[in-house]
Amino acid sequence: MTKTLGFFPGGLKLPGHKKRSTQTPIRKTPLAKRLTLPLQQHIGSAAIPIVEVGDKVLKGQQIARADGHVSVCLHAPSSGTIIAIEDHPIPHPSGLTAPCITIETDGEDNWVERHPVKDYRSLSTHEIRQIVRDAGIVGLGGAGFPSFIKLNPGVHHTVETLLLNGAECEPYISCDDMLMRERADGIIDGIEIMQYALRAREVILAIEDNKPQAISAMELALASRPHLQNTRLVVVPTRYPTGGEKQLIQVVTGKEVPSDGLPIDLGIVSHNMGTAYAVGRAIHHGEPLISRIVTVTGKDVPHAGNFETLFGTPISELLTYAETKREPDEAFILGGPMMGFSLSGDNLPVTKTANCILAGVDDVAPAQEPLPCIRCGDCASACPASLLPQQLYWHSRAKDFDQTRDYNLFDCIECGCCDYVCPSKIPLVSYFRFAKTEIMNQERERKKSDLARDRFETRQARLEREQREKEERQRQRKAALAASKAKKEQQEKAAETADADNKETE
Amino acid sequence: MAIFRMSPPFLAGTNRVTIQMLQVIFAMIPAIAAMVYFFGPAVLINISLALTVALLAEAILLKLRKRPVKPFITDGSAAVTAILLAVAIPPLSPWWLTVTGVLFAIVFAKHLYGGLGYNPFNPAMVGYVLLLVSFPLEMTTWLPVESLADKPLDLHSAFQLIFYGQTNAGWVADTVSGATPLDTMKTQIGQSIAPAYIVNQNLFGSLGGLGWEWINIWFAAGGIYLLYRRVISWHVPIAMIATMFVLSGVTYLFAPEITGSPLFHLMSGGTMIGAFFIATDPVSGSTTVKGRLVFGAGVGALTYIIRVWGGYPDGIAFAVLLMNMLAPLIDYYTQPKVYGATK
Amino acid sequence: MLTAVIALTLLALILGLLLGFASIKFKVEGDPIVDQIDKILPQTQCGQCSFAGCRPYAEAIAAGEVDINRCPPGGESTIQALADLLDVEPKPLDEECGVEKPKMLAVIDEQRCIGCTLCIQACPVDAILGAAKHMHTVIADECTGCELCLEPCPVDCIDMVEMTPNPNTWRWPDPSHVQLERGERV
Repeated sequence: MTKTLGFFPGGLKLPGHKKRSTQTPIRKTPLAKRLTLPLQQHIGSAAIPIVEVGDKVLKGQQIARADGHVSVCLHAPSSGTIIAIEDHPIPHPSGLTAPCITIETDGEDNWVERHPVKDYRSLSTHEIRQIVRDAGIVGLGGAGFPSFIKLNPGVHHTVETLLLNGAECEPYISCDDMLMRERADGIIDGIEIMQYALRAREVILAIEDNKPQAISAMELALASRPHLQNTRLVVVPTRYPTGGEKQLIQVVTGKEVPSDGLPIDLGIVSHNMGTAYAVGRAIHHGEPLISRIVTVTGKDVPHAGNFETLFGTPISELLTYAETKREPDEAFILGGPMMGFSLSGDNLPVTKTANCILAGVDDVAPAQEPLPCIRCGDCASACPASLLPQQLYWHSRAKDFDQTRDYNLFDCIECGCCDYVCPSKIPLVSYFRFAKTEIMNQERERKKSDLARDRFETRQARLEREQREKEERQRQRKAALAASKAKKEQQEKAAETADADNKETE
Repeated sequence: MAIFRMSPPFLAGTNRVTIQMLQVIFAMIPAIAAMVYFFGPAVLINISLALTVALLAEAILLKLRKRPVKPFITDGSAAVTAILLAVAIPPLSPWWLTVTGVLFAIVFAKHLYGGLGYNPFNPAMVGYVLLLVSFPLEMTTWLPVESLADKPLDLHSAFQLIFYGQTNAGWVADTVSGATPLDTMKTQIGQSIAPAYIVNQNLFGSLGGLGWEWINIWFAAGGIYLLYRRVISWHVPIAMIATMFVLSGVTYLFAPEITGSPLFHLMSGGTMIGAFFIATDPVSGSTTVKGRLVFGAGVGALTYIIRVWGGYPDGIAFAVLLMNMLAPLIDYYTQPKVYGATK
Repeated sequence: MLTAVIALTLLALILGLLLGFASIKFKVEGDPIVDQIDKILPQTQCGQCSFAGCRPYAEAIAAGEVDINRCPPGGESTIQALADLLDVEPKPLDEECGVEKPKMLAVIDEQRCIGCTLCIQACPVDAILGAAKHMHTVIADECTGCELCLEPCPVDCIDMVEMTPNPNTWRWPDPSHVQLERGERV
């Protein structure tokens, strides 16, 4: 154990509510009759289906391939038949639908042939990345960024530090905690592979100090592998949002990721503990990512816990299995109480980024009309990014989006600390999300109108050119006509003169 | 099961505007008690009058502006404005003075700018300054501390003085009130009397003005309570007090004939109420951390300058209003360095 | 007296030089006004303003020949932006030109299309693909929703459909307009 080197400004001490879901070991959610798999469960382009309706698939069989550079594959979580490839409601704050593949399971749970790698050191970095990509592994901390990209530092960077994020700072969520307690060895397997692939000089495992059992489990697992070099565990103070990538880097290394850059610019690559475990499974067991640990907890879940759940399992079934007291179609929160979003509808599937399902929050924010901002500045002191939420709010509300950019809106990580402390109960983060998506939309429209302008101008130019060419052709034809006419006349004249001559000669 | 809002975060802290305002009022109680002890029950009459007028005016204006009355009247901001103004004006001020000041503060300085959160100037200080420039005489004659008065003023005569201008016994306000220690200091320095000699008069105590020093100490104690409860941040009061201390200290060292001691300035007039309760008004002040230091320092410096070289015995109100004007500018130039900023 | 005159003259000179220097040093390099107007216009190229495209309309505005309120696809926000740019009063949209509508997309019903190419010739941004006697199709990403292809189609096989957001283009609602009473139970 070593000390932390820095701290981040702001942040909150929040009641953890984690005990509720860490009393029982991880349980396996029973196999659902139908599994619905959105083609896009990651950041980047949606995967492209490679199966057709009616196809029989085996557990772990690839059913959609990665499309382009930022994308990953998708696999059948269990054996069965493809019964639909169509739009289906997905767990998204918009409540919209998106293309999904639906599998009717056969209950056999037959695996496809797996290809474990005996010695990962026989693989090249490129091969490891390929396996991770083909295994459909994405960041399991919540954002869902394709992990293979973060295993490729690129030729211009050397990786100093591989940072394993086990902070799990948001209240209620305990899936990483339980994973570390129960499967520390599996996590370390993955970390070894990641370190090898990245050629990272050192590895830091960061865990918040409210998880003593996870810390000792990880320490034990580390101690059993004396060959691991430059690997250490850092216990970080419990403070929300320590688990934010940028904040954790600041706490552990004292450095700040440049606003327009990435952690790799500091020689750091960070991955989630769950991601490391998935990488270990993919290499050592040949298993693609087809399930994850989901915390099901909240005031209305008396036997809260963590559930290893196949992707595509309807959330409602998971809630029922966890014996949640709830009405059908009643809203629940996907993610934590600070950054998650509320959903309703029973037909939504568990996806790769679903870390927590929360039914019933203890100190729930009341729905009340906000009072005006009194500029108390509490939000600014709580902001881990040192922004001025009160100014951002002012400009977002006035739809003065240029100004929000001047106040660095896009450095906001939407952690919700400002909302939490606001004495006027202004939904600040909602304003910032609104402003962000509006700006992105403006950007899209601007690009589209630029494209339309280009195409219009190209077309105008083409039409003019065609017009010119047409005129040119007409002119030429006329000229040719005139020339041939002249020639004819000449000939006729010549003929006439010849005639005359002939006559004369006669 | 509870109703919650649609968007994250779904957790909320316990921080509320109303709670903050009530804390502010609570923190003023010891100092107000001290004022009653030194200046008699007239202080309480003033406060009650100001509170009634302020809450009534607030309710009527909210109605006129078609805003919900209940959430805004219970936010406590009008009450804070009323109390601040009531303790800032002389205890025996005629009733119309208090009413005018409060009405101006609530109607013009607060609601015409859009109500809570939108007023660029501290409403209580706008009301105070209006009274000060319109009725300088009424505003600068204070009751002497009771131990110095010929006859202590009971509740009944205070009431008569405030509402009828004279008591049954035929007293008028003028006969019972006089100059404050700050005023005396200023006038007598003007007459080339050495400050060290001035403070020997019985109007002065061992730290500042007699009685005033205790009032200031209790306001400071209330302020420390607010700091402890995190209702206010330390930046404004500390910057203001430090600036006043340094400025008066330097002047006192090099030109002791024109200024009272640093301690005298901190413990007289409205220094502590100004530092902890007036300059800390979030709405009209600066919101960034560095900005608050600048803001507090500005208030401190201007207050001291007005006290020593200006035309009025105390300068808190003018200093606060002047710095209110600069607050947006200060905020603009004191933005914190954002995480990961490369410049 | 003389010193005062000299001092003032000197001051005026220095300030004048300073101003002159500043005007050169800090000169704002701007696009020509036509380009700036053109940038604001939505580039639908629909011709509802009675000009043959956005650029010609921009030129006419720059020349002061027409009002700024003749662009229905841009609607209120475009009029506001133009008013800000040209420092004139914004006006309501000229009803002669049309009404503001949500963004639309042309879709060709491939069953009915006879492959006459008339719509291809009408499209101002070449967003329709196809050849004579072959079915045509609209490139959705490039369609501006100008509706110019509707008129020439002899079999009425083109429909305008509203653009629906997908999860990637969906926008968070404006919190000022969200009714809190609709908060849900959890």
